[in-house]
Amino acid sequence: MAKGRVSIVVERCKACGFCVEFCPTHVLALSSAFNSKGYHPPHVVHPEKCSGCDLCGMYCPDFAIYGTKAPADKRPEAAAAKPAGGEK
Amino acid sequence: MKADPRGVLTGTHFIDGDHACCEGALAAGARFAAGYPITPSTEVVERFASRVPTVGGSFIQMEDELAASIALQGGVWGGAKAFTVTSGPGFSLMMEHIGYAAMTETPCVFVDVQRGGPSTGLPTLPAQADMMQARWGSHGDYEIIALCPNSPQECFDLTIKAFNLAEEFRVPVMFMMDEVVGHMTEKVVIPPADQIEVFPRKKTHKAIEDYLPYGTNGDMVPEMAHAGEGYKFHVTGLTHDERGYPNMTPQTQDKLVRRLQNKIRAAEDRICMFEEEGLENADVAVVSYGITSRVAQRAIDLARDRGLKVGKLRLITAWPFPDKKIADLAQRVRAFVVPELNLGQMVREVERAAAGKAKTLAVPHAGGGVHNPDEILNAILEASRC
Amino acid sequence: MLNVLEDTTVNPVEPFLRSDRMPHIWCPGCGIGTTVNSFARALIESKVDLNSIALVSGIGCTGRVAGYVKLDSFHTTHGRAIPFATGLKLANPKLNVVVYSGDGDLSAIGGNHLIHAARRNMDLKVICVNNLIYAMTGGQTAPTTPGHATTSTNPYGTFEPAFNLPALVDAAGAVYVARWTTFHVRQLSRSISEAFAKKGFSFIEVISPCPTLYQRRNKMGDGLDTMKYYKEKSKVKNGANTSEVGLTLNGEIAVGKFVDRERLDYQTLMRAQYVESLGERYIEVSGEAAPEMECACG
Repeated sequence: MAKGRVSIVVERCKACGFCVEFCPTHVLALSSAFNSKGYHPPHVVHPEKCSGCDLCGMYCPDFAIYGTKAPADKRPEAAAAKPAGGEK
Repeated sequence: MKADPRGVLTGTHFIDGDHACCEGALAAGARFAAGYPITPSTEVVERFASRVPTVGGSFIQMEDELAASIALQGGVWGGAKAFTVTSGPGFSLMMEHIGYAAMTETPCVFVDVQRGGPSTGLPTLPAQADMMQARWGSHGDYEIIALCPNSPQECFDLTIKAFNLAEEFRVPVMFMMDEVVGHMTEKVVIPPADQIEVFPRKKTHKAIEDYLPYGTNGDMVPEMAHAGEGYKFHVTGLTHDERGYPNMTPQTQDKLVRRLQNKIRAAEDRICMFEEEGLENADVAVVSYGITSRVAQRAIDLARDRGLKVGKLRLITAWPFPDKKIADLAQRVRAFVVPELNLGQMVREVERAAAGKAKTLAVPHAGGGVHNPDEILNAILEASRC
Repeated sequence: MLNVLEDTTVNPVEPFLRSDRMPHIWCPGCGIGTTVNSFARALIESKVDLNSIALVSGIGCTGRVAGYVKLDSFHTTHGRAIPFATGLKLANPKLNVVVYSGDGDLSAIGGNHLIHAARRNMDLKVICVNNLIYAMTGGQTAPTTPGHATTSTNPYGTFEPAFNLPALVDAAGAVYVARWTTFHVRQLSRSISEAFAKKGFSFIEVISPCPTLYQRRNKMGDGLDTMKYYKEKSKVKNGANTSEVGLTLNGEIAVGKFVDRERLDYQTLMRAQYVESLGERYIEVSGEAAPEMECACG
C-alpha cells in the first residue's frame, strides 16, 4: 500500500506538465484523455510510488492536483507503530 | 446618531475656512486622513495632523496625491471615516481614485480648495474652475455629490453634511471650497456634540454566509463590511456582480452602473440643498455658489435698491445639479444671472435645465480674485431688460 | 469535481480559494498559481488568523490574485496597492496586510509608493511576482525586463537597464528582502512565513514564467521549460549583497534571503513620537469599531 495518494481535479488542469516533471518518484504522466477544455490532464501511472509529499500540489498553478498521505493505520510502517493521535 | 464628543471642539471660534473644515471632519467622526501639501488647502490637514492623535485617529502625509487619494480609501475599508484635501493640480491627480471610490462605493470626502488654473495657475488666489471636473473628472459613468460652502461656518457645518451624505449613499463627496472661503477668518460656532447629527457607516449585520458585498434590497445602497471582521469579501474596480466578483459583461455593466447612477438621482430631492430668497415674483434670479454668492448678495441688494425684482438662488449642492428647481424657476423668471469664478461652468447647467424658458446670462471671471459687485449688477440690469 | 472515488481529503490550498471562481484565467504554465500555493502553505504554517488578513493587489495578471483568494481582498488601481494597504494598516493596526502584485504594477507605475513604503518601514508583506514583462496587456517592456529581450514595445530588443528590485527595496529600507523562483516552492513558502513573523516592510520577489508572452517572444520554451531553466540557472546566495543580484537575459538567477534586519516599523516609530510629544493626551488608534461605525438602523 502506498504511503500517499494523488487526487486530480480534472476540469481545472491546463496540462502544464509541472506535476509530472517535479514528482520526485515519477508517479504521474500526462494522459491521452481530454478534459472539457481540450487539455490532457495527468494520470497516476505508478501509484505505489506515491509518498503523499504533495509536491505536485505545491507546483500546480491551477490547483488541479494534490497529494495526501494515506491514513496512518494503513501505511506500511504503521503495523509496528503506536496508534496515531490524529491525521495530519 | 450623535457625534463623538472626543472630536467636537465645542465653542465659539475665530478661524478660517480651512481650519473649520478640519473641525467639521473631526466632528463628523473622521479618524483618518491621507494628504499631500498643496496651497491653499494644506492648513486643513496640518490642523488634522495636530488634532487627530488626541482623538484616537491618525494622519499620514503621503508621497503624492495619487497615493493620498487611495490611502484614504484603504482607511475607509479598514474601518475609519476618512478624507483627503487638495487643490486643482492635486485634484487632477486624484481623478482615477475618485472613480475607484464611486465604482467600489467607498464612502469618503475629497476636499478641493479651488485656486486659479489651469496647471500651476495661481496657487494663492481663488477660482471656481474645478466645478465641471468635480462632476466629470474621472472616466466612465458615475455620480458624485458636490457641496459648496460660502463661509467658514459652512465649512464646518457642510463638512459634516458631506460625511453624512458619503456614508448614506456610499459615494465620494466633493467638498468644493475656494481659496477665499478657505482663507477668510470668521466666527465659527461649534455646538455641543449631542447637537450634531452624524450618519453612521452602513454596516452589515448579516451572517457571513449570507452577506453579499454589493447586494441591495431595494434601497440601492449595499451594506458594508470592514476588513478584519471575517466576511472575507472582495472589492474590485472591475465591473462586478453582487458578490463583488469581476463579471465583465454588458448585462452586469448595465445593472451596476445604472444603480450607481440611480442611487443618487433617485434621492436628488433630498440631496439638493440651496438657499433661496426673494424668488417668489422675481424677474431675474441670480444663481451663485461659494464666495461668489456673497459678492452676488451685494449686487442683488444694489439692484433691489433700484427697484428691480431680483431673487437669489444659492447652490449649496452643486452636484447633482438641481435641474427641477431651475426648470421650475425658468417658468417664472425672465432670466438667470450666473456669476462664477470661471469662464462658464455651472452656467451651462443652468442654461440646460432652463431649456430655453428663460434667458441665461453668464458673468464669467478668469479667477485670481472675486467679482466687483458692479459686474454682477450690470448683468442683472441687462437681464431685467430681457 | 474529483475523479477519485470516496475522496474525503481536501487540497490544502482549497480553503484559501474562492472555489466558485475556478478555473482561473492564468495561462497554462504561468507561475502565479504556484506562488499562491506557497502563500497558502505559509498561512497554514505561520498560523495567522485568516480573519486578520487583508490582501491588496494592483492591476495585471498577478493583480488577479486578490479575486481568487478567500480573504478580505482588494483589487485596487494600477500601481496603488501599496498606498491602499498603508491606509488599511493605519486605520486598523491589527490587520496583517499583504500586497500581492506584479513587477510592472509595483515597480513602474507603483515605484514611488514602493520606495516610500520601504523607507517608512510600513508593516506590509509584499509579494512581487516578477515575470519580467507586462503580461496582462500583451507583453510590453517592464522596468524588470532584462536587456536584449524582445517585447511588444521593444520589438527590436530592449536596451534599457533593468531594475534590480532587491537592491532597490534594500536601499530604500526594507527589513526583509528575498528572491525565489516558482521552482522554489518550499523556500518561497518559508520566506513568506518569515515575513509574517516580522514587523516592517518585507519584500519577496518571485521570478515566474510568462510562457504566453515573455518566454514565447524570446524563444525560451513553455512554462515547464522555464521551470527547468530556473532549476538550472538559480543559485542560492543567502545574505548576498543585493547590488550583485541583478538579472540578465540568460545569466545566473541569484535567489535566497538577502536581507533580514531589524528596524523599527512605522507604527512603532509613530507611537513613540506621539507618546514623547503628547504624553497622556495621545490616544492610539485602536482598530476597534468606533461607535459611529455601527449602523443603528439594524
